[in-house]
Amino acid sequence: MAETSPREAMIDPLFNNNPIALQVLGICSALAVTTKMETAVVMSLAVIAVCTFSNVAISAMRNHIPGSIRIIVQLTVIASLVIITDQILKAFVYDIAQQLSVFVGLIITNCIVMGRAEAFAMQNTVRLSAIDGFANGVGYSIVLIAVAFFRELFGTGKLFGFTILHPVNEGGWYVTNGLMVLAPAAFFLIGCFIWAVRSWKPEQIEEEFHVGALLELSNEGNLR
Amino acid sequence: MQHSTGYIIGFAAVVCLVASLFVAGSAVGLKDRQNANKRLDVQKKVLTVAGLMDAGAGLSAGEIDALYTASIQPKAITLADGAPALDVDVASYDQRKATKAADSSVEAPENASKILRLPNEVVVFDIVQDGELKGLILPIEGYGLWGFLYGYLALEPDARTIRGITFYEHGETPGLGGEVDNPRWKALWPGRLAFDDRGKPAITVKKGIAGSVEDDPYQVDGLSGATITSRGVTNLVRFWLGDDGFGPYLDNYRSAAGV
Repeated sequence: MAETSPREAMIDPLFNNNPIALQVLGICSALAVTTKMETAVVMSLAVIAVCTFSNVAISAMRNHIPGSIRIIVQLTVIASLVIITDQILKAFVYDIAQQLSVFVGLIITNCIVMGRAEAFAMQNTVRLSAIDGFANGVGYSIVLIAVAFFRELFGTGKLFGFTILHPVNEGGWYVTNGLMVLAPAAFFLIGCFIWAVRSWKPEQIEEEFHVGALLELSNEGNLR
Repeated sequence: MQHSTGYIIGFAAVVCLVASLFVAGSAVGLKDRQNANKRLDVQKKVLTVAGLMDAGAGLSAGEIDALYTASIQPKAITLADGAPALDVDVASYDQRKATKAADSSVEAPENASKILRLPNEVVVFDIVQDGELKGLILPIEGYGLWGFLYGYLALEPDARTIRGITFYEHGETPGLGGEVDNPRWKALWPGRLAFDDRGKPAITVKKGIAGSVEDDPYQVDGLSGATITSRGVTNLVRFWLGDDGFGPYLDNYRSAAGV
């Protein structure tokens, strides 16, 4: 693997190599927790924390982990971190922890965390791995929060629970978009996000598949 | 890198040991805070359904605790005959846990709310202000469209008029069935009658718009776009008010209170 500079490790996962937009990892939780900004932000912080600390722990042990059990060791570390995160959320932000319910626990299966542990932390120094874990968490968060912004704003007319567009069923004028609060809306928004990123950085378009072109087609189809 | 089997087993054991220390440490260390949160959470729900607190009022934990202690009296009852269950520790009783365990629950009779087991004991609440009973609060649960709804129903001291309803946990579609927790919809309930003249549960979430409390006391507006959730709410409220639910308890209460 080519040497990675700390700067690259920090900047790359944000847009150039975004875990959701380019690697298309961790989509499942992005659908579930993005109906509200509040849950999306807490989920983002949880993923950033888990991803950073798991990278640090794995990287610190990387020269001692026997190759034959490395995946299990990574899983043990990640699972422990997720349980601790869940306990902390339950102790300090109980209401939000209730709303996130199983999805905090499901960070264990979030491919981003394990993907970074296996692909990066196993080969790099602790410092670089920490930056990489943090940056990938942030890359995930950018998408999560962007999706949640549109879903909460157009789905319920609110942001962080504060009314921005006064919805009709609370006596206002804004007819809420029911599609936005359903899971498929997150798919469309992530699709649009990927489309936007790839229009901005055309080098991300895979040659063989022309994902950008496909997306354009499927988006048009969905709008009809 | 080639490692011996002994090293691999030893390494795995050390990793597990360290990980379990962290996990156990966090679970034990944060236990008190979590329990305090859980208790506060129940208090908030009960005060909200009692109409003593707005859900978004932003009271501090101390204020909520004071309000709760001043006006809510929890008590355990036996579901089957409605008699007080004095040996149950009200503060730590967990109805959901009790419902799951075979020795603290019984199989439920067939019902439309898909309730499979009923707990032997249930914690209910009296709203008491200045020594006077102001209402009864009953926990309710049952199946909607996607899963169980959990909530509370509050009745006036006549055990017939609804004082309030709340659902604090459900998996219904946001914006459709999820509107069961919309304060505007919940505000349609108070004043309507849960039982008809002969004491049969009669309250219905109808399809469409119900009349005013005076003209149409047994019906509540349906949730638009959520026929199945609406039906689920009707079913579960009727179940818990019926003979298999709190019927015996309410009968005891009525004969004691003379209403």
